[in-house]
Amino acid sequence: MKIVMAVIKPFKLDEVRDALTAIGVHGMTVTEVKGYGRQKGHTEIYRGTEYAVSFLPKLKIEVAVASEQVDKVIEAISGAAKTGQIGDGKIFVVNLEAAVRIRTGETDTSAL
Amino acid sequence: MSFKIPYRAGSALGLSAAMMVAAAPAFAQEVKLDTGDTAWMLTSTMLVLMMTIPGLALFYGGMVRKKNVLATIMQSFAITCLITLMWFFFGYSLVFTEGGESLNAYIGGFSKAMLAGVGNNTANALAPTIPEWVFLTFQMTFAIITPALITGAFAERMKFSAMMWFMALWMIFVYLPVAHWVWGGGFLGSAGVLDFAGGTVVHINAGIAGLVAAIIVGKRKGHGAENMAPHNLVLTMIGASLLWVGWFGFNAGSAVASNALAGAAMVNTQIATAAAALAWMFIEWIVIKKPSLLGILSGAVGGLVAITPAAGFVNPTGALIIGVVAGVLCYVAAVHVKKALGYDDSLDVFGVHGVGGIVGALLTGVLADVAINELGKDASLATQAYGVIVTIVYTAIVTAIILYIIKAVIGLRPTTAQEEEGLDVTLHGESVQ
Repeated sequence: MKIVMAVIKPFKLDEVRDALTAIGVHGMTVTEVKGYGRQKGHTEIYRGTEYAVSFLPKLKIEVAVASEQVDKVIEAISGAAKTGQIGDGKIFVVNLEAAVRIRTGETDTSAL
Repeated sequence: MSFKIPYRAGSALGLSAAMMVAAAPAFAQEVKLDTGDTAWMLTSTMLVLMMTIPGLALFYGGMVRKKNVLATIMQSFAITCLITLMWFFFGYSLVFTEGGESLNAYIGGFSKAMLAGVGNNTANALAPTIPEWVFLTFQMTFAIITPALITGAFAERMKFSAMMWFMALWMIFVYLPVAHWVWGGGFLGSAGVLDFAGGTVVHINAGIAGLVAAIIVGKRKGHGAENMAPHNLVLTMIGASLLWVGWFGFNAGSAVASNALAGAAMVNTQIATAAAALAWMFIEWIVIKKPSLLGILSGAVGGLVAITPAAGFVNPTGALIIGVVAGVLCYVAAVHVKKALGYDDSLDVFGVHGVGGIVGALLTGVLADVAINELGKDASLATQAYGVIVTIVYTAIVTAIILYIIKAVIGLRPTTAQEEEGLDVTLHGESVQ
């Protein structure tokens, strides 16, 4: 099992969710985060005083999936979250050792 | 058509009428209340109170960092309560009663301390058609907003206890005397200085006190290095809009009657405000390349300030001119002059209220139109400048003295650690999550 962790532009969330639902992924966790990559930040000006804003608001979505599904999930997220502009985000994949559904006690892939 | 004397005119005419009445003890029996005037002044009083809470509190609260929003809003609210009681104890009396032969040019007396002698059948000579209860409460709301305006200058870095001491002392030694000079029969009104709704007493006074306070209290820790961007301009927009709406009570209410002069003040207020807001927005659009919300809001408040002394003296074209000039000059002061001189007037009390107040006071002398108000017939730039300079000098000196005394006795600032962590949690034990 793997966790696919993607940092995306906030307004792309619905499209990403639809794309994942379409390939049979039925759950995800979303967190509001701030960060920067190649996009760096931007400047804001208040009454003539400029401030550099280095951390931009993004959403981090986490999806736990069976290992064989990972490629399809990556493809779905990249397809839906892409605008072609700098700042589209990144996808990370990490190993997942165990999963438990609290209500039933099911474990691993049956808990996803 | 009966012509009512707007008490704020402070002209020789208004003054002599006031003195004549004061000399006649039978006055109390001659009160002729007007229900229309009274209804409008009850309404105006509530509008002006709304300018401070929640208007000014939100306007300022949105512009500070999130860790200081409650402390900032708390200042306006606490000042509202403090000044209310001080006005009841002696404030109203010191502004609006006779101070005796030698002193009256400078300060009133204590004859109405604790509102002694005010009753259901009394009216103030300056507002003979409304109950004195209403007049004194209306005036109270002006005394409340003036010190509250100053809090923007030292926002995010003054100890709450020092702020309370400062406001109490500033009220006694600056606001009450200056209000008496202009409105209560003191020497500025007698000299013919025109101030319809309080450009000099409220805005120049607060603007200069703010500048002095910003310098003496010192810059915020990290000023010029850390990000001090406003945390929520939606709050600031709500606050600025409440100020705008409330300002009809301030300016149109200063006719102290429900009449055509109040109507003129209303339309002038609306036009000057819109003109100043657009002036700031367009100049910012040209210079900084983007029209900002904070910019248009700041311009609007600058226009409201500038039209305040002129609202009942100029015609709508005059109001337009005052608005445009104020929008541009307030922009220059708040954005460029502040940066060049390096003082940390956090929320631009001087740039907006000081500069806007001076622009309005001076232009009232130039643009007064007798078709709007006969009392503007002797308007002159020189007389207006005299009022402005006297107020600036007096306020600057006395504000500095008060601040240095408080600094020596209890200190003005919280500890560096408290300032860095935020005043909300360190001074008030609360926070916004």
